[in-house]
Amino acid sequence: MTDKQQVDSKRIKQAKALTAALENDDHAEVERLIDALASERDVTLFLELGKLTRQIHDVMMSFALDNRVVELTEKDIPDAKERLNYVISMTEQAADTTLNAIDEMLPVAEVMAASVEDLATRWTKFLQREMPFAEFREMSKEITAHFGNSRDGLALVQSKLNEVLMAQGFQDLTGQVIKRVIDLVHDVEQSMVELIRISGKRFVPDMKLAEPASDEHLTQGAGPVVPGVDDRKGNTIASQDDVDDLLSSLGF
Amino acid sequence: MKILIVDDFSTMRRIIKNLLRDLGFTNIVEADDGQSALPKLQAGGIDFLVTDWNMPGMTGLDLLKAVRADSKLVKLPVLMVTAEAKREQIVIAAQAGVNGYIIKPFTGSTLKEKIDKIFERIEAGG
Repeated sequence: MTDKQQVDSKRIKQAKALTAALENDDHAEVERLIDALASERDVTLFLELGKLTRQIHDVMMSFALDNRVVELTEKDIPDAKERLNYVISMTEQAADTTLNAIDEMLPVAEVMAASVEDLATRWTKFLQREMPFAEFREMSKEITAHFGNSRDGLALVQSKLNEVLMAQGFQDLTGQVIKRVIDLVHDVEQSMVELIRISGKRFVPDMKLAEPASDEHLTQGAGPVVPGVDDRKGNTIASQDDVDDLLSSLGF
Repeated sequence: MKILIVDDFSTMRRIIKNLLRDLGFTNIVEADDGQSALPKLQAGGIDFLVTDWNMPGMTGLDLLKAVRADSKLVKLPVLMVTAEAKREQIVIAAQAGVNGYIIKPFTGSTLKEKIDKIFERIEAGG
């Protein structure tokens, strides 16, 4: 029997007793029964009040949560997107700086290498006493020029290598920015756990969610494999050799 | 030989371009996704396609399928250079007609090896 049914059944008994007492002119009993009915009413009232208080408490809890959710939605998550875009542009800049430095160094290194190769051959000829003096004089001038060019070339290489060194500083800055985004994701996770709890659903941490049945995530592309995150199902290929083996085993 | 490089990250296009230059390929054009690559291919003159997979708009897989479905482009050699490394994906790409599959990160010598292999096969009539 529900609370209400119990209450109703009791009231019916009391009402019948009250009617009987009134018919019998038993005023003492009538008073007693009316008091009993009144205090029953109080109990019911208290039960209702208790339920209402509980509901208000839950609404206020979800209200406080709502504020956090609103804050996340209107400020923190857009901020996080900005921060991650910033990480992309910082890493792109660092890569460009490095590639530019390489583009400048490579031709210089090539010229120096060619010059060294050429002079080494001719120097060997000289050491084997197979070089006429006029040729030696020519080579001597070129060796002098070579030292000058190498000095300049190597100074350039050192300067560019220094630029590459400084460009790696992005890692510190992007690392800090990414840490902040990780904190935000943690906050979002916490809020969602709260929401799930309040909505009354059971939340089981580390629940093994079913993998999406469609191949869409395979054909759309899932991005680089992050060790420990993307390779849990054991269908990830680790190296180019494994790719080659797989393809040749399929006859490609 | 004219090569088209397709990747949504300019850094990667630059790296591949430099590696191809080292191998002697100097006639190189670029696109940053499948949708802008396809018209360039259809305009003709491109002999080799190097493409990433994971790109917004049109993925490299969809680009490959579009190339194989186009009678003018069906024989175009296509080399995929991508971070996508799931077994099923490699199979899907091979079945869609890709000529070579390189996973990132990769080296210049791997790139050379795969390009050489593709051209050997073409010359052998494959």
